[in-house]
Amino acid sequence: MTYDFLQHYWWFLVSLLGALLVFMMFVQGAGGAIFCLGRSESERKMIVESTGRKWELTFTTLVTFGGAFFASFPLFYSTSFGGAYWLWMIILFTFVLQAVSYEFQNKMGNLLGDKTFRRFLLINGLVGPLLIGGAVATFFNGSNFLVDKMNITYEGISSIISRWANASNGLDALLNPWNLVLGLAVMFLARSLGVLYIINNVESQDIRRRGKTQLLWAALPFVVLFVVFLIYILVKDGFGYVPSTGEIIIVPHKYFTNFVEMWYVGVLLLLGVALYLYGVVRTLLAKSFIGGIWYSGIGTVLAVLSLLLCTGWNNTAYYPSTADLQSSLTITNSCSSEFTLRIMSVVSILIPFVLAYIVYAWHSIDRQKVNEMTA
Amino acid sequence: MTDFLLSTGLEAVNWSRAQFALTAVYHWLFVPLTLGLALIMGIMETCYYRTGSTFWKDTARFWQKLFGINFAMGVATGIILEFEFGTNWSNYSWLVGDVFGAPLAIEGIVAFFLEATFVGVMFFGWDKVSKRFHLASTWLTGIGATISAWWILVANAWMQYPVGQAFNPDTMRCEMTSFSQVALSPFAIDKFVHTVISAWIIGAIFVAAVSCYYLYRRQKSGGAGDGERDVAVQSFKIAAIVGLVSSVLVMISGDESGYRVAKCQPMKLAAMEALYNGGNGVSLTGVALINPFEQPDYISGKEPPMKIAVPKMLSVLATRSLDGYVPGINDLIQGGYKLPDGTIAPSLLEKTTRGTKAIEALAAYRQAKKDGDETAMEESRKVLDSNIQYFGYGYVNQAEQIVPFIPVCFWTFRLMVGLGMLFVLFFIVALFYAYKRDFTKTRWLHIAGMVMLPLGYIASEAGWLLAEFGRQPWTIQDMLPTWVAVSDINVGSVMLTFFIFLVFFTLLLIVEINIMCKAIKRGPAFSRVAK
Repeated sequence: MTYDFLQHYWWFLVSLLGALLVFMMFVQGAGGAIFCLGRSESERKMIVESTGRKWELTFTTLVTFGGAFFASFPLFYSTSFGGAYWLWMIILFTFVLQAVSYEFQNKMGNLLGDKTFRRFLLINGLVGPLLIGGAVATFFNGSNFLVDKMNITYEGISSIISRWANASNGLDALLNPWNLVLGLAVMFLARSLGVLYIINNVESQDIRRRGKTQLLWAALPFVVLFVVFLIYILVKDGFGYVPSTGEIIIVPHKYFTNFVEMWYVGVLLLLGVALYLYGVVRTLLAKSFIGGIWYSGIGTVLAVLSLLLCTGWNNTAYYPSTADLQSSLTITNSCSSEFTLRIMSVVSILIPFVLAYIVYAWHSIDRQKVNEMTA
Repeated sequence: MTDFLLSTGLEAVNWSRAQFALTAVYHWLFVPLTLGLALIMGIMETCYYRTGSTFWKDTARFWQKLFGINFAMGVATGIILEFEFGTNWSNYSWLVGDVFGAPLAIEGIVAFFLEATFVGVMFFGWDKVSKRFHLASTWLTGIGATISAWWILVANAWMQYPVGQAFNPDTMRCEMTSFSQVALSPFAIDKFVHTVISAWIIGAIFVAAVSCYYLYRRQKSGGAGDGERDVAVQSFKIAAIVGLVSSVLVMISGDESGYRVAKCQPMKLAAMEALYNGGNGVSLTGVALINPFEQPDYISGKEPPMKIAVPKMLSVLATRSLDGYVPGINDLIQGGYKLPDGTIAPSLLEKTTRGTKAIEALAAYRQAKKDGDETAMEESRKVLDSNIQYFGYGYVNQAEQIVPFIPVCFWTFRLMVGLGMLFVLFFIVALFYAYKRDFTKTRWLHIAGMVMLPLGYIASEAGWLLAEFGRQPWTIQDMLPTWVAVSDINVGSVMLTFFIFLVFFTLLLIVEINIMCKAIKRGPAFSRVAK
């Protein structure tokens, strides 16, 4: 295993975790759709019961994504989190709101009332995916930051290596319309996955019927926004680097080239999109089909994985700086040492095992679907 | 202008510290109960598995319900801590991320998924999965939580005692050189044992307190609810055993931790003992009059007033010898005493001089590298390597910067140890009554049990305050002071998020306590028909 291989391997793992996270955000999506999907109290209870069995996995995926990113690409951790302070803080706040909402809303003495906790789910369901999508879009569009390792030899606050180049602490990402496009796309994607999951997991004819309408109005805007974003990145110039010197350069049609040069990543994207669409369309057309979440979910994982691989592999700068091109982060200039990556790669052998027991536990619990009796 | 910038910087550092402390203190309100209750409900469900009695099933389910209320808050507060390393401690994340990030990633992969997956089976799997699988899930939830404690404590221990790493001037950061030294550092082992077992005490105290509440209530209302009484009696019996064993083990591991601190963090030891001028055969302070809100005048070397001390005891604890030398704060600043390895301790001035040399050599190295001057690179590398152990001191300007806030260290230490002794005593009495007497009517014991609950939490939080305040000003001992570890954020932003967290977490804590109290008042649900 060369250092180069380890860097690519860890970018793959981080991308995979990111892709799984986007899939698992069906929990957020369902939370955001709770008031539209469930009309009566008992229906809403069923939705909460259903996603309440899964939210911890989404949460853990987010935490592990953070931990893995920290361990494998610490310069990203210090630059993005420290710089885009507000962007990440708002995301975290909404996740904290969500975490307690499942446990507290049906309990006696929750003081704020179950409606408040459901609104927390709604806030997390809309804002969480929107901002996470917006943050991911900066991988293509760049952010305003400076990195200078020499700073550590200075005194006081001048010693800080990574700085945001303006005073917005990351909120400037939302001023770029293209970040908003992907943000909204991820929001609608999560919503469509949430609806597909509920259709699968909750045994209620009313919810399933209503779910189809909701699915259409989530999947349609998603597909439009996503296609627009995809076209945009395929035609735009991208951020690459010269492997021998590490110099960051603007490369015309970089992302398009990446999909061509790494054809397997392109195939992954097409396959992902096709699977997603298949899950959605079949759910909409076939009367009693409830397995759409599996097709669309796996499709989501493949498509997101492909997009993230496209930002990091093939000599691409995955976290470009628009303030100072040479500050941009690549998998080679921001990663951990070879020793650390190697140690963690040994640990990563456990990942398939982890996935296997998650699948097994999930299967055992979901053999009995949520219905009015269980909720 | 520079002064202005520097002071703004320091304020941001202090607010970032406050925010981390706040979120950590809140997180630690929930984690010990998760760890402690996991053990006790695991024991109960094992009883159910082996006897098949529905009584044990109901009992285990009841405690699992309370576990669930507490668990969500632990998860919600925990995520903030992980990301705060990045958001508020940007320089730290880069400079030590190569070492520090790995335990966090491993924690996620190995522990969190275990916990998150099987906690779902535990809550929702009753009557859906087999008895054996359910029991396994309950234990795996606890094991997951405990493994996660292992890795996060490895990370914390490394901040107190940074082993298995070397500074690399080419990448400008510390890099891991030995994984086993990091993961199995003696500091980490001590910390893990001490912390996790202290969490078992919290679990035992919680179960004992709730059981006592039921017995107290029953006594007051005149004997209703036999089922509830049985749950209380059996739970109390288990809690008494777990509590006594853990509180004794915590004492032993605490002594070991103290010895380790004396070796690796002598300034922390001096601060928690308010030892200004050290010497041979130093006494251990029981109590002394230290103003809790003001840094005492340690420079004069005058002993604090009203000091009651055990002769030679500190030397015994710190060096395992009656006449061992323990340096005080002023000794640590002035240096000149003999270290255990026979060398003479350097003064702070010498350390800062050598630290500055290291930083300058680092700058020179980078410049030489840029210019392609290999001879100059080699020379500055030599200077850097010979002074790197004092690197952090290069950022220190005044002696007072390296002295932790003594009153917090002093009083939290006494609170922790004093309450720890009280718990041993309580659990001895509890065990005696649980197995040798009818304790369903001993009201004083019920009240004592309930009083232990807040005390347990105070002791537990005090332990962390001591560990973290005592490490100041270092984020990484001797390597990285807080003011070089921070992010470039304006103080207003950090203040705002601090208050958002404060309001938010306090509100959620009130809700949580209220729900917990209601659930406790309602009592266990019984699946069988009452006879």
